[in-house]
Amino acid sequence: MFKVAEVPSQAGQTKDLTRIVEAAVEKHGAHADAFIPILLEINRDYGYIPAEAIRLARKLLHQPEEHVLVSEGQLYGLASFYHMLHTEKTGRHVVQFCESAPCHVQGGRELWKAIRQTLRLEAGETDPEGRFTLKTVSCLGVCGVGPVMLVDDDLYANVTPEQLTEIFGKYE
Amino acid sequence: MAFYRSHVLVSVDPECLARGAHDIIDALNDELIAQGLIDEVQVLETSRIGDPHRLGPDMLVYPENVHYANLTVDDIPYLVEEHFLKGRIVEKFRAQEKVITDEELGAPKPKEVRVVLRNCGKIDPHNIEEYIAEDGYQALAKVITEMTPEQVIEEVMKSGLRGRGGAGFPAARKWQLCRQVQDNPKYLTCNADEGDPGAFMNRRVLESDPHSVIEGMIIAAYAIGASMGYIYCRAEYPIAVQNLNIAIAQAREFGFLGQNIFGTDFSFDLEVRMGAGAFVCGEETALIASIEGKRGEPRPRPPFPAVKGVWGKPTNNNNVETYAVVPQIILKGAEWYASMGTEKSKGTKTFAIAGDVVNTGLIEVPFGITLREVIYDVGGGIKDGKKFKAIQTGGPMGGCLVEEHLDLPVDYEALTAAGSIMGSGGMIVMDEDTCMVDIARFFMEFTQEESCGKCTPCRVGTKHLLEIHEKICAGKGEPADLERLDELCVEITRNSLCGLGQGAPNPVISTLKYFRHEYEAHIYEKRCPAKVCRALIRFEIQAPACTGCTVCSRNCPVEAISGERRQVHVIDDEKCVRCGICVQVCNFNAIEILS
Ligand SMILES: Cc1cc2nc3c(=O)[nH]c(=O)nc-3n(C[C@H](O)[C@H](O)[C@H](O)COP(=O)(O)O)c2cc1C
Ligand code: SF4
Ligand code: SF4
Ligand code: SF4
Ligand code: FES
Repeated sequence: MFKVAEVPSQAGQTKDLTRIVEAAVEKHGAHADAFIPILLEINRDYGYIPAEAIRLARKLLHQPEEHVLVSEGQLYGLASFYHMLHTEKTGRHVVQFCESAPCHVQGGRELWKAIRQTLRLEAGETDPEGRFTLKTVSCLGVCGVGPVMLVDDDLYANVTPEQLTEIFGKYE
Repeated sequence: MAFYRSHVLVSVDPECLARGAHDIIDALNDELIAQGLIDEVQVLETSRIGDPHRLGPDMLVYPENVHYANLTVDDIPYLVEEHFLKGRIVEKFRAQEKVITDEELGAPKPKEVRVVLRNCGKIDPHNIEEYIAEDGYQALAKVITEMTPEQVIEEVMKSGLRGRGGAGFPAARKWQLCRQVQDNPKYLTCNADEGDPGAFMNRRVLESDPHSVIEGMIIAAYAIGASMGYIYCRAEYPIAVQNLNIAIAQAREFGFLGQNIFGTDFSFDLEVRMGAGAFVCGEETALIASIEGKRGEPRPRPPFPAVKGVWGKPTNNNNVETYAVVPQIILKGAEWYASMGTEKSKGTKTFAIAGDVVNTGLIEVPFGITLREVIYDVGGGIKDGKKFKAIQTGGPMGGCLVEEHLDLPVDYEALTAAGSIMGSGGMIVMDEDTCMVDIARFFMEFTQEESCGKCTPCRVGTKHLLEIHEKICAGKGEPADLERLDELCVEITRNSLCGLGQGAPNPVISTLKYFRHEYEAHIYEKRCPAKVCRALIRFEIQAPACTGCTVCSRNCPVEAISGERRQVHVIDDEKCVRCGICVQVCNFNAIEILS
């Protein structure tokens, strides 16, 4: 097991939803082709996209005089279509397990079983303490070192069931 | 900007500076002026090249890629005369060849030919000068200063380059179609969505050599007459996105992107767009919708993107790898490229090999290599001395190939004829312990989840395929299921709107064709020959081998194993949840899996 890469994460900085939404809109601009980047940004900084965020974003993005017409339904449509955008509240840490075939045939099957046992969660569930949410993702493109798992933005490769307790222990 | 035939990069690492690197630069420039070569040879500063303590001051000369080391000011006149005037490499100043390889990529394996991957691990992707030092942006200079757009298309046409995103459509034909459409502005998109499980060739190039993709796109834009381009990269590749953004900013700084490139009236700019986790966005019409900020749902073609693409304007879409080889085709010539490969598939292709082979990872090989060579020579053979069972090519819309296909030359036509596809280049090798029904189920899980749901045959059909596979794996398969599978495959292939639905049944069609007996064993005999499907296997302790060490009973999560110390242990089949832990922990190989 080793950590493959660290990606700068904004998580844990500010959790002020209004500020997060405003910053995202400001960064990407209020036009149609920025909707997905904006939602991604909110999702990353807030952990998920609550209804309130959609409302706020719509207000900022809807500019009839600029011919940018936006409805909440349209933004919901995007949030529900793309797997990386979540509309449900998640735990403090999100565990994402790669469920694609190359990882599956390299020990992923056993690992998946072990992850569910260790966390006592099924895919899509969050524990009562709000610590972990368990999800599956499809191939993360690092199959050469599978099976792999993401905890927040930390990628773990060549993971074996025995290492799980230690890995999860790092996340409070 | 002038077009230099040669670039000299002098290391200005602190250690080299202390040893007089700037004096070397001054001496070089003086001598180049004296010899009348100053308009042909450009002297640049670069960061560290070799070990400065051992080699400094040192420099690299391109395009020859010669590394001169331990230079003094007195060496310069002789060096300039010999190298730049007479074109002779001065061996006595040469440093030992530097060998660096990408950690993930490793050194080239037997039979590999690296064209697309040539710079990966060799250059710093954050430093445009290192790319320039590897002939970077020379092809662009050549195209813009010496070639007409038609000539560029002609050259790429002659090279035989086909799209690397899956379908293998000739790249130059696509460019030509887009060029001919009378509508402006025109756009360029680069498909960096790479969603096929097991495929990460594009990621490697984007992360390690982003400028090759950017340069290829600028050349394509020039050929087509496009003014704006988008690289659509999946958000699962944060480092690729980051490196692309750095590279684009540097290319702008150097004047390769932006207004009036090389002082001509050609202008082109690029932006990165991120996906948000939807496999179907790799389909080009869905990709375009996603770039426009919409749900990534495919739409019927025609109209093709060449006519109506981004913002309803003519758009050319190619894969990362398709663009990345273009600069080299321009520099080294179409003949060079076309000299590799088979009659209809020219050049090299990157593949990501996963599964049960010794060397998993990325490879780049010429078309025409056989699957056997890929698995045994490049891949090092099957892991743990097991037997080869099948190789899945082409990703989730591809198929499984078997022993009898191992000597097929890998090219677009041969793979299609055998019932699979080239796809983007993912290959999963499976050994004898793989259950093909389970694998087919697995692929259906994927496509079923990734179907965008727009058309019924795909949405409902893939779900049915999955349910039937789940039923068979659970030991509840009925004879009629096989027929139902056959019918569903035909229906879905025929009536789906986009390539996802049309290709979704492929894994099933091929497993049904080559491994029908495995389906039958599951259905008629309630047996999983590979001993994978949990409902169809049992764990049993073999009395002669069991020493009664108690390890298994202490490790069983459900206390299904009982027995006294030094006595043969027994598994209670009712309690056993078939986790397989006992088999792994028994040091005496006493536990067998039966089916
Ligand atoms: C469901 C689906 C997923 C696809 N995914 C990709 C992809 O990840 N990358 C890619 O280059 N092409 C993908 N394609 C193919 C594209 O639609 C398109 O043909 C390709 O990008 C064209 O580039 P090329 O001519 O350079 O191959 C996909 C097609 C389908 C139907
Ligand atoms: S075939 Fe499937 S993925 Fe393609 S448009 Fe139809 S439902 Fe969507
Ligand atoms: S671990 Fe093996 S040898 Fe030991 S009791 Fe179990 S079956 Fe017998
Ligand atoms: S397979 Fe698992 S549950 Fe069954 S006996 Fe072995 S350890 Fe126990
Ligand atoms: S299959 Fe798991 S990372 Fe690719």
